[in-house]
Amino acid sequence: MIRSFAFVRAATAACLLLGAAPRVMRAQDTTRRGVTLGIVYDRGTRPGVAVLPVSGALGDSVRAIVQRDLDYSDQVTLINLDAADSATFRQNQGTLNYPLFAKLGAVAIVQITLVGETTIHAVVHDVGQARVANVADHPLAPTPLSRAWRLDVHQVSDQVEQWITGAPGIAATRIAYLRGLALHIVDSDGAMDIAVPTVPGGYSSEWSPDARSLVYSTFGTTSRLMLLDLATGRSRVLVDAERNVTVVTPEFAPDGRSVLYARAGETGSDIYSVDVTPGAVPRRLTFGRGTDNVNPTMSPDGRRIAFMSTRLGRPELYIMDADGTNADVLTNYDFSDTNYRSDPDWSPDGRSIAYQSRVNGRFQVYSIPVRGGSPRLLTGDGENEQPSWAPDGRHLVFTSTRSGVRQLWILDAESGRIRQLTFAAGSRLAAWSPRLGAAGRQ
Amino acid sequence: MKRFHRLSVGSLAALCVVAVGACHKAAPAPAPAPATTPAAPNQDSIRAADQARADSISRAEAAQARADSIARAQAAAQALAAAQGTMRATLGTTIYFDFDKSDLRDDARAALDAKLPILSANPDLTIRISGHTDERGSDEYNMALGQRRAAAAKQYLVDHGIDAGRIATISYGEERPVAQGHDESAWSQNRRDEFEITAAPATLKQP
Repeated sequence: MIRSFAFVRAATAACLLLGAAPRVMRAQDTTRRGVTLGIVYDRGTRPGVAVLPVSGALGDSVRAIVQRDLDYSDQVTLINLDAADSATFRQNQGTLNYPLFAKLGAVAIVQITLVGETTIHAVVHDVGQARVANVADHPLAPTPLSRAWRLDVHQVSDQVEQWITGAPGIAATRIAYLRGLALHIVDSDGAMDIAVPTVPGGYSSEWSPDARSLVYSTFGTTSRLMLLDLATGRSRVLVDAERNVTVVTPEFAPDGRSVLYARAGETGSDIYSVDVTPGAVPRRLTFGRGTDNVNPTMSPDGRRIAFMSTRLGRPELYIMDADGTNADVLTNYDFSDTNYRSDPDWSPDGRSIAYQSRVNGRFQVYSIPVRGGSPRLLTGDGENEQPSWAPDGRHLVFTSTRSGVRQLWILDAESGRIRQLTFAAGSRLAAWSPRLGAAGRQ
Repeated sequence: MKRFHRLSVGSLAALCVVAVGACHKAAPAPAPAPATTPAAPNQDSIRAADQARADSISRAEAAQARADSIARAQAAAQALAAAQGTMRATLGTTIYFDFDKSDLRDDARAALDAKLPILSANPDLTIRISGHTDERGSDEYNMALGQRRAAAAKQYLVDHGIDAGRIATISYGEERPVAQGHDESAWSQNRRDEFEITAAPATLKQP
């Protein structure tokens, strides 16, 4: 790390003159984006980050949220400042005491100020270069501690994350899931859990790529696909109920224009695609001839679809082209009649598929490279199912019985760290949202 | 002769006077009324008594006949209700499946065979078959498996002559277990098709 700093410092001496002297607080938007020059992120190392105390009545709440967001990203190490003497944080001219922070192990310092009640002013300091590296102002929703207000703070965390590591965080995301038999949405840090208004029988759900809608299936006497507008809370029919048919596992295509789903009818189940425009006619993609084909998930480039099929006589994962041709088995890496692989989810970087596989009678979560290669076992405690990738392509939310009842947990595929997301019994069938921009403010 | 006749009348008159006098005085004179009534009233009362006895016997017999008839009608109604109940119960028997399978076992076929004649005898009867699974396996795949189990039972009935339009199939996946445990005894009870009558005449015809 230090070697990198020396190199960069030498190479960018001119930028110091042109670049940011510490900015005075201003009312207008002075957003400056982009990766900071001073800190180079080595994948596998976790730079130390110190978050200064935030003044004002809401300061503690904001700081707690930001620290938790950075911690949950599993990409940085939080430097604990609470024991330190805050009087020593600044030097004589009011600039930060960079040598102190260097001694504490911090590579970056996050300084947040609440400007009135409408703006978050975020500054990241490069400890090695002893200067401000990035500044931005972010609007703040009017009602403190509300869902929209928290989302604004999460977006600041994600921006800070991007400045420090080069990759944006996933704090400003949400997870849709089934609690009992009701659809819920919870923030990525577990806060602000709300029930979602749906027609009766809501079951499998998935986010649209713009995060404005949820598509969900219903089951029982009326099984159909519905599109829920999250801003209005109203659902419209996407695929209407058909006699003797159950529809399940809907998923949006990455361009948001169509939905893939499974249709279970009189002779097994097949994968279909339907455009979201009202009145569109579904297109059939698999012709399973009496087998079951469910759980479609599309590659990020929209070219291929992974799904679960029983055409080999037992549930395995397959990949086919987006038009339904060239299906080939993905998970037949050990030829056993008792295999059971299901619930695939294609990673956002297109390289892996997460899924569940039965091992010694219980399901565990695995990840397998799409191009071929060994699957990676990601869980071991209890029974673990239904993985869904976060937009960063390294975190997964999944259902686990490790605490005794079914709950949602989040794991980091890189570090192996696992944390519990929900605490209400019977939580399952989770879907991680895309990054929430303006669409999240509802 | 004359003298005896005058004596008889006289004694008779005297007797009458004495008898009358005895009535007024409530004297302990014997009141041998039958001895003094004519022979004709005796017969009438015997006949009346006989008639009364006969009447009461025939009233009792009529009442018994009515009670018997009511009892027979009740028994017939109960038998009819029992037969209706048996038919509805037969239509509603649950069939069970092996793990991960939607094939019909022999016991399932037998239960479906029992439903066939009732369905055949009542063409207006419609049913709904709901397919269920145990809790193991993928939740969402189990929705499809439940639908497949319902379709398997329907196909059997259709193959044996029941019109497909009379049978609806739905799935509840693993979401409606009847047994809450986490062992094979609970799971085997949950892997099932349930049968519900959705339209029927008030009285089912017996096959």
